[in-house]
Amino acid sequence: MTTDEVSLDVEGVSVVYPNGHQALSDASFRLGAGTICALVGVNGSGKSTLFKSIMGFVSPTSGRVRINGMPVKESLKKHLVAYVPQSEDVDWQFPVSVWDVVMMGRYGAMNFMRIPRAEDKQLVEESLRRVSMWEFRDRQIGELSGGQKKRVFLARALAQGGRVILLDEPFTGVDVKTEEAIIALLHELRKSGAIIFVSTHNLGSVPEFCDQVVLINRTVLAYGPTAEVFTAQNLAAAFGGVLREFQFERSTIQKHDGHTVTVLSDDERPLVFGKDGHLEYMDRGKHEELLRKRREEHD
Amino acid sequence: MTEFFQSLSVPFQYDYMVRAMGVSALVGGVCGFLSPFVTLKGWSLMGDALSHAVVPGVVIAYIFGFPFTLGAFIAGLLATGAMAFIRAQSRIREDATIGIVFTSFFALGLVLISLFPSGVDLKTILYGNILAIADPDILQVVGISAVTLLVIGFKWRDLMLYCFDPNQARSLGLKAGALHVTLLALLAATCVAALQAVGAILVLAMLITPGATAYLLTDRFGTMMWLSAALGVATSLAGAYASYYINGATGGCIVTLQTLVFLAAFVFAPQHGMLASRRAIRAGGAVLSKINQPRVNANEL
Repeated sequence: MTTDEVSLDVEGVSVVYPNGHQALSDASFRLGAGTICALVGVNGSGKSTLFKSIMGFVSPTSGRVRINGMPVKESLKKHLVAYVPQSEDVDWQFPVSVWDVVMMGRYGAMNFMRIPRAEDKQLVEESLRRVSMWEFRDRQIGELSGGQKKRVFLARALAQGGRVILLDEPFTGVDVKTEEAIIALLHELRKSGAIIFVSTHNLGSVPEFCDQVVLINRTVLAYGPTAEVFTAQNLAAAFGGVLREFQFERSTIQKHDGHTVTVLSDDERPLVFGKDGHLEYMDRGKHEELLRKRREEHD
Repeated sequence: MTEFFQSLSVPFQYDYMVRAMGVSALVGGVCGFLSPFVTLKGWSLMGDALSHAVVPGVVIAYIFGFPFTLGAFIAGLLATGAMAFIRAQSRIREDATIGIVFTSFFALGLVLISLFPSGVDLKTILYGNILAIADPDILQVVGISAVTLLVIGFKWRDLMLYCFDPNQARSLGLKAGALHVTLLALLAATCVAALQAVGAILVLAMLITPGATAYLLTDRFGTMMWLSAALGVATSLAGAYASYYINGATGGCIVTLQTLVFLAAFVFAPQHGMLASRRAIRAGGAVLSKINQPRVNANEL
């Protein structure tokens, strides 16, 4: 594993697919070491195309992607980019165990025949322990719960030692407890200087754990610190008419006792804006403090 | 009693039977090793296509007197190339593309056989003729098998990763395109080898059934590969052996035997068999009814 500072530069990337579809045009942003950055946009906004160009699966028609100042191909050879796939993209009936999957993260570093060395085995064990999946190492991957499945692939990214970690919808089908565990792990990784880039539809979770946001719709609309970029205005621009907005002051809720409003959501965390920004936080106390700080900054 | 054992060893006294059993077992084993990749990658139809598409190559090879392996292999590559080309250039779906290409290659093969009836027999190609296999042909089968086994032996983990998660293979800097072509080439090569043993029509069974059977019996890829290969060897040996006594078509005997083993696994496999999953559903129903009992008082919410 390298301890060098990492960086991810996307410079004026445009991607046109062979069928003439322009998926991205002139997308640019830069991420420095030690960040958890959300990639937010509607379906078809080019999120997966952007991921694919960072992983080198599609080459930009113009512009370029640099990782640590290197072209993508070179950085892949150094196993710098790790990818945690969306659950829908995995064949869960494939006859491999949890251990096998995590070991696949080490293939790049192994010899021609991919025979694991003691070092590889140790890294796999460490990674599995970090996501609390060591006890499940001999399970076939289809026998796991949604949250456990996610953790296995996260462990694979850890074992690979990737410094740029791409996560595709990490919280779909994951229970709240696992979500918190995953977020804690991502925080650790950020502390170690990794770039964590998360593609997500789960708007409510973004302010919880992401310090930066990239908003895209065929191009990068805005990027930067969450507090500045993840605003109701910007989101409206990114989502156009797609986002469902529910304004309490105009709703019948006002006719009830206004103090006990309950917001329910089946899976995704709701994004609730107040006058000081995002309202819904896991830790109330922290939120009050955050609001106070913001107010002070403002004054 | 001794007479009984003597009669059991009769097939081993004939040189042609020994060679037939040997070649069948070799081909069965090689197909068995490749079978997990084909079944898990979802390439069954592709295997069927290749096994038929090699036919014109074999016919041309016999007509012009060069090794049938070469002809078959070139025809196989042309067919896969044609499929890739049609798929890239049109909106026709993959299964239709495969259907179009392999039937046209097969039809071309039939036309060629009827136009040049000299060198080769249609029945030999369609049903195989392992009992009359010639020495040079055995040599070719052994050559193909050796290369295939070597490639699988050295690269099975990469190929497995490619089947399971091609994106991960790419993001690790492995050459996914090369792995794809390698797997296709192995498929084409084993098709050619199996053509001799069981004929074009039954090649697919050798490539699919052992892997599918092993898949029902294990949850580990490595185990699946060995099981599948062992099944391939055992059924091919036994099938060829049995064909002597019942005087049946060798290919037919081998594949029928494979099907019987598959059916046994389908019903009785300890975890993934029909009976086991019935049991699991019953047991699961019991657990579920426990969970459904109310645990929280609604007032506490």
